[in-house]
This record gives sequence, structure tokens and C-alpha cells, in this order.
Amino acid sequence: MKRIPLLQISDLEKRFTVNEKWMSQWSLNKGRSYKRQNTVYALNGITLTLHRGETLCIVGETGCGKSTLARAIMGLTKPDAGEIHYGDQRIDNLNDRQRLIFRRRMQMVFQNPYASLNPRMTIYQTLSEPIRFHNPHLTRTEVDDKVSQLINSVGIAPSWVDRYPHEFSGGQRQRISIARALSVEPELIVADEPLAALDVSVQAQVLNLMMDKQEEYDLTYLFITHDLAVVEHFSNRVAVMYLGAMCELSPTKTLFDSPKHPYTQALLSAIPRLDNNTQKPIKLIGEVPTPYDAITGCPFHARCPFAQERCIAETPAMKRQADGSSVACHAVEEDRL
Amino acid sequence: MDLLDVRNLNVNFQLKREDLAALIDINFSLKHGERIAFVGESGAGKSILGFSIVNLISRPGYIKSGSIKLNGNELSHLSNRQMRHIRGKRIAMIFQDPMMTLNPVLTVGEQMVEAIRSHTDLRKKEAKNLAIAKLAQVQIASPENRFNQYPHELSGGMRQRVIIAIALLLKPDIIIADEPTTALDVTIQAEILELLKHICDDNNVALILISHDLGVVSRVAERTIVMYAGRIVEQGPTLEIINDPQHPYTQGLLNALPQMSLPGHRLNQIEGAMPSLNDRPKGCAFHTRCPYVMDKCKQKQPDSLYNGVSHVACFMVEDMMKEISDESYDFDEGDGPDNGAYLLSISQQKGDV
Amino acid sequence: MKQTSKEFSITSRSKHWVHLWHGFLSDKIAVMSLLIFAFYCLISLAAPLIAPFDVRDPNFMDLENSEIAPYWIDGDSRFLLGTDGQGRDLLSVILYGTRLSLTIGIFAVLIQGVLGICIGLMSGYFGGRLDNFLMRCADVQLSFSNMMVAIIVMALFQTIFGIASYQHLAMYMLILVIGLAEWPLFARTVRASVLSEKQKEYIDAARIMGIGSGRIMFKHILPNTVSPLLVIFTIQIANAIIAEAALSFLGLGMPVTQPSLGSLISSGFNYMFAGAWWICVIPSITLIVLILVMNLLGDWLRDHLNPKVYKD
Repeated sequence: MKRIPLLQISDLEKRFTVNEKWMSQWSLNKGRSYKRQNTVYALNGITLTLHRGETLCIVGETGCGKSTLARAIMGLTKPDAGEIHYGDQRIDNLNDRQRLIFRRRMQMVFQNPYASLNPRMTIYQTLSEPIRFHNPHLTRTEVDDKVSQLINSVGIAPSWVDRYPHEFSGGQRQRISIARALSVEPELIVADEPLAALDVSVQAQVLNLMMDKQEEYDLTYLFITHDLAVVEHFSNRVAVMYLGAMCELSPTKTLFDSPKHPYTQALLSAIPRLDNNTQKPIKLIGEVPTPYDAITGCPFHARCPFAQERCIAETPAMKRQADGSSVACHAVEEDRL
Repeated sequence: MDLLDVRNLNVNFQLKREDLAALIDINFSLKHGERIAFVGESGAGKSILGFSIVNLISRPGYIKSGSIKLNGNELSHLSNRQMRHIRGKRIAMIFQDPMMTLNPVLTVGEQMVEAIRSHTDLRKKEAKNLAIAKLAQVQIASPENRFNQYPHELSGGMRQRVIIAIALLLKPDIIIADEPTTALDVTIQAEILELLKHICDDNNVALILISHDLGVVSRVAERTIVMYAGRIVEQGPTLEIINDPQHPYTQGLLNALPQMSLPGHRLNQIEGAMPSLNDRPKGCAFHTRCPYVMDKCKQKQPDSLYNGVSHVACFMVEDMMKEISDESYDFDEGDGPDNGAYLLSISQQKGDV
Repeated sequence: MKQTSKEFSITSRSKHWVHLWHGFLSDKIAVMSLLIFAFYCLISLAAPLIAPFDVRDPNFMDLENSEIAPYWIDGDSRFLLGTDGQGRDLLSVILYGTRLSLTIGIFAVLIQGVLGICIGLMSGYFGGRLDNFLMRCADVQLSFSNMMVAIIVMALFQTIFGIASYQHLAMYMLILVIGLAEWPLFARTVRASVLSEKQKEYIDAARIMGIGSGRIMFKHILPNTVSPLLVIFTIQIANAIIAEAALSFLGLGMPVTQPSLGSLISSGFNYMFAGAWWICVIPSITLIVLILVMNLLGDWLRDHLNPKVYKD
């Protein structure tokens, strides 16, 4: 049953230069001028495989690089190192024209429903543009039919297509965003925190819609979120990220039943839940730092209660465990948790 | 006597053409050292309620009627100057974005000392010691160093701790926290919530937590007030509300949480969205989305009734209570009080929350 | 169903304009301003039809009629607003002058706008070195006083090509000089809007769809920068008219034979203390009212062309 995975990411790295003025990057030292740039290490060697039809959730706190990963996959930012393969083709080094055929296959749903729709375009314009762009042979009535079918399928009346986004609520806008992503009939949808800006009752509506569409079109989801309750409900596998590196990658049930990485354990204990209020959250030291320097050792060592010298010196590799999960932790490897 | 007592509070927004009701008949009270929470979706009016208590609703909004009593003193008629005194000393506020309260050009210490000295006659040195003590109390490591730092040098969680320390400076009776952890990461959120809870217990400060997250609320609050479209639909002990919600809206809200459904299955969604202020439907505002809607729900707003555990504003719950009380009348007339005590007292309890 | 959807499109698309229009009607100052501005546009369009004299007629200038006071003072019914130093009917000259001033103002701002919008869009969208270069150009341009540039260019032009050809091309030169001098204002406004719009996710969504940069710039970003543009458009027209008037006043603008409002004021200024105040004052009032009205309109647009305002 060996098939080519839908998406394969290997050793992906991305650094950002902090946006400083060009002039102030230069500094004088002992009569010589030096160029100095502040660099943030956003992704430090991410390796990930996504199989057809599955839902993989990426979990992590602010600044762990999960959005950068999504943008790198979608070709919105160019990675500094590593490769991304879609099916059997490498896509991270393509230019806009070469990438066009992959644009149809992978789409994205964004976090902020108030910013992800063009306020000056009606819903019809928003939805018909990609349809026309990717199917130039369609006639006007065919496009019209497709738009009304699409908007209907996400639960919005087709008679509303000529309205502007500000006339819709947040949940409805997120539905429209999903309709736009579906308009080119993609195989993979990358969703970057699509529920974060929505109210609880609306979150449920949107999540249901996404699950329905997955069943209908056999979609693959890469779902980025910080909400572990959604993860537990929705995903097949979970990847936990910390400071641009992968900590743990497990099937959902395994992760929630027996989290192995100390960070995963802390994260799970911190989730405010209705049923486990007796459990005290595991207290970590400090907060997530901004990675200005290339990380040596385990990225989590500064906050880890189990950190030892080896954790500071040596970066742990992802090791496969007996129960199917992969963990990057020396402590787990040495069995001292 | 209750610390804070809000009766029949109505807050409106005076717009050019219409006078929109933002809060309608709000009744609740708060005891010394009690932790309560306002829960609701965006637009439910929970923040407006928080701001109304300290008379901080801005221009088009105004308190139309009702009373807000703090320790028996009426707040709703106070002048701005008197109110400022109350806000500084008796009621402290914590906002979602710490930078709303912190002045970016002053050090943490300068701001704390200024806050102390404007309300007390402590000397500079004493004020500084007090400030450092409070920073230590909110578990900030090396408070002497933090005292001299600027807000932008601190991380998000640290800023929120500083805000809590500032809130505690003048030993308030109440802390109102408006979504204090929404901007923070989960691990930090958990720490801040724990901190808030302990601080309130240790100092006998009452807490009003405003949040959209039932998980957060269940961690902190003893009592929960659920709001929908400007009204309180249900209020009672947090555990009861979470384990046995009475109002269909509360039920829907809880059932919509992912952990309430089997993994991989559809969630139990509430259809539709909350009406906005200007198109609130007649009768019970929830009737357009309610699965148990009856004819009278569309005509009349149900009163908030006490069922012995919580206060619920719903005709279905009212009917159920009536049914039981009728039955109890039939079976043991006369000495109903123990099994039907709360049912008998329904009518007297109206509005007496 | 097609039918209803078509109907709907008309109602909702025009909805916020209808709303804007109602808000406009309830603001008396705005309505007055628009009426006056419309009046100005009308008379300058119809100047050849309504002017009592044809300014191109060689007999139009008649020194015998010079410095006749307006009708209500002098009682000469031929000249409603009196005549100027050369004996020209002031009403006719003002009508033609307004026409000229408005034309120069509008076309100069069109040049500013096209240039500024293109530069601003590119600068904001592509960023990086191009942005740095274009914005430094804008800084350099702004660091010269516009007036100074215009004066130098016009003076050079006059000396090099001679007065005769200058008189011939004066209008086009004025349009070009004023137009080229003030593009940085548009460019900066557009760039600022582009930078804030570029952050928004709908631009990313369009890029993910594979839509090209040109289309994204003009179809997705530009419509979202229209509100601030419309505001500076009105105010810049007023500024361009002032600039033209100032240049003409300095003798570097329109020649006396083809007077704009500025050159009328300039030539009238000499008669000011000789008793013939009307030659200077009446064109001045005309200019002041025009500028005031345009600024009022611009202010009103700034306050109301905000999508959040017409939302409810």
C-alpha cells in the first residue's frame, strides 16, 4: 500500500531579516564598517508528510512558525532551505507561471474573515474571478451557474451573491472564503486558524461545513490551530511545533491519551476544558522567546523542566515510538520522563 | 449586604435615528470575594455591561434606567469626578490588551507610583516599596528590575501580570477583567488565570470575568451569567450551568463545543447567528434559533425565574417548573415547602435575583 | 431566479451610494458647495454661449471703454461688472478665465493622479529597492518648493522660446508643470493605502489563486484606495488652481491676452488704488469662492467616504 504522499516537506528552513532601515544595518567597528542584520529563525528544519484524504493539524503557540509553514507551502514566502514536493514534483522553487497548475490543486482559508475578502468586490466577483481565471473557456452563464451552485453548497442563498462582504457576519464570510477555496476544485486545503476569529456557536457551523466538504470532495486538510479541542475532534494526526521545530507528531488519539514531549504535556494540561478542572496546568518557565539566533540544542530546553546538558548541546531528532508517534526529545529517548 | 447590586439596568445607544437598547433589564449581584463571569458571544453585551458598572460607556451609550449599588451607594448618578475616584480605588479594570492601560513612554514603576500617589498620601519611597511588593505578589521574578523597565520590554504575559499588580495597588473590592487572556497563548493563559484566581482569594477581592470562552470561565468563576442579545438568559453556579444548562441557548453553546461530540462526527451547531441590536426579534430574542420555540416565545419576553439553582429566562423552563409545581400541589397540598419550595416561590422571586 | 439576482445586484450595488446621497442631502453646507461648484462648471463650459462679448474678437479690447465701473455704480448697461484697464468686459473675461483656471486645474491634477497612482502602486506593491528609490525621488521632488520649480521652468521656457511661442503654449505648459510638480502627494497616499491593504489576507488569497501582479494592483488594491484619492483629488484641484493663479500673478502664467483668474487679479492689482477696485476684487471673489467650495467638498468627502460610515 505504498503510495506517493500528497505533500512532502523535508528540512524546510526559513529566516526573516527583521525589518530594519537599510542604513542602520551598517555599523562601524575599529575603522571598518560591518553589515549586521537581525534575523529571526522562523522555521528550523521541518519535515512533514501529508497523505491523501487525511486531516493533519499543526498545533503551537504564537511565533512557533506554523503560519510561516503554511505560507511556504502555498508559495507566498520562499523557503531558505529544504524542499517541498507535491505528489512527485518539487514545487518550492517554481516561479509564478510554473506554479499555476498547482494553484488549482492547493488552496488556503485564512484566519481573519474580515480581511480575507476584498471589501470592494461583491461575492459574485470574488467567486467568479478564480473560476474564470482557471477556466477561461467557460461561458458567462456557466460561470454564473457555478457560482450559485458553490455559494449554495456552503449554505448561503444564491440571491445574496451581489452583496458586499460587509453585509455578512463573520461566520458567513468564512463560509464564503471556503467557497472561494473550493471554486478551483482543489485537493488540498491549508487552513490557517480558520475558527480563531469566530464565536463558539459559529465555529461549530464552520467546522461542520469543512467536514462535510472533506467527505464530499475527498479533500486533504492541513489545519493550523491553537485550539486543541478542535484538534481532538477533527484531525487524524497532530503535529506539535515549538520555535520553528517539530516536537511531536502522532495520531490524534495517541497524542491526547499519552502525550510524550514535555511541551505537548504542558500544552494539553493548559487547555481550559470543561471536564478537567481538577487538573493543575503544568507550569513552564518563562515564555516563548523570539528566536534571534540559530537554535542549538533542543528549542524547548530553556523552558523544559527535564532539560539536561545534552538538551542544550545537541538537537534531538524525531524518533519513532512504539505506539506510532514520533517525538523529538532526548528525555523521551533516554526514558527519563 | 451584597458588594455590588445591579437592578433593572437598561443601557441604550442613542443614534441619530433610533435609540437602540444594548442591555435590557439586567439584574445581578456580587458578594465580597466572589468570582463571577459574564459569558456570551460577541455582541451579547457582556463588555458593555462591564463598562456600565464603572460608568465607562462612551458617548452614544447611556444608562437609561436602573440602579448600580456598590456597598449600598448608588453609582449610576455619580459625576465623572466621583466616578473616577471609585474606578481608581474601589473597582479596578483589566483589559484584553495590556497596552490600553500601560503608557508606553513611562516605566512600569513610574506608572505604579503615580497611581498610588494620586489616590493616597504615601511618600515616594513607600509607594515604590508597595509597588515592588505587588509585583512580587503577581509572581514576577526580580521585581526590582522590572520596576525600571518600559512596557515594551516585557512579554505579553508579563505585561498582563503588571496590569494585575497595578489593579491590586489600591486594594480594590472588585476587579473587572475583560477578556484578560484572549491575546495570550494557552500556556500563559493558564498561568494568568491561576494567578487571578489566587490573587482574588488571597486579597478577598471580587472578580468579574468577561469572556467568550466557557473553558476559561469554568476554570475561574464560581457563578456564571450567560448573556444573549443584551439580556441575561441564565445565571447560576458555574458547575450547574456547565453540567446541567437550562436555557436552550446555554445548551446549544455547550453542545457546540467539539469535546461534546464524538471525534470525527458533525458538531451540534446552533443555526443562524445572534441578531444585532437593531433587528432584535420580538419576544424572546433567541426564538429564531431555538429548537424548542413555541408560539408565545415569539410574542413575549420570558421573565427570569429562579428554579432553586439558577435563574433562567425561558418559557420552556417556566412551563416545566409550573408542571412540576402543579403536580406537587395535587399530591401533597399544604406542606409542599421541601419538595416544591423553589417552585412555590417562583412568582415572588421575579426580579429578585 | 436569474431575474431576481439581477434586480438584487442593482439595488445592493447602488445601496451605499444611495445612503451616501441621503447623508449628503441632509448636510446643507455640502449641498450648497456642490450647487456652487456645479454652477462654476456650467458657466465655464458654457462660457462662449453666455458671455456677452467674444473675447477673441479683435474689437473686444477698446481702450475708450476702459475702467468703467460695474452696472450698479456706473449705470452702463453694456458692462454688468464693468470693464478692465484695456476696456474688456469684466464679466466675459471672468467667464473665460474661470473656464481656463478649471481646465488647467483638472488636467494638471489628472496628470498628478495618473503619475502618482502608478508610482504609488508599484512602490507599495513591489517594495524593496524600487520602493526606496521611488520614495527618495518623491522626497527630492517635495524638498523643492513646487512654486520654485514652476517659476524656474516657466522662466527658462520664456527666455528660450520667446514670448510669442510661450503665449501660444502657456496653458499646456502650466498643466504640465503643475501636474509634474505634485505627484508625490498622490504617490504617497496610494503607497500608504497599498501597504496597509497588502497586509490583508484577500491579497494573499488572490496570489494563491495565481492572479498576476498587475491585475492584483489595479483590480484588487486600487479600488480600496479610492476614498482617500477622491478626497485629495478635489483638494488638489483647488491647489492647482491656486498655483496657476499665483504663477499668473507673478507674470509666469497665462498671458494677458488669454487671462485666467490669476492673471486677471494680477493685472487688476495695478488699478486697485487708482480707484478701479472692481478689476481686482471681483475676480478675486470668484477665485476665493471656487477654492472654498472645493475644499468644503473635499472635507465632506473625507468625512463620509469611509466604508465604515455607510455600513449602517
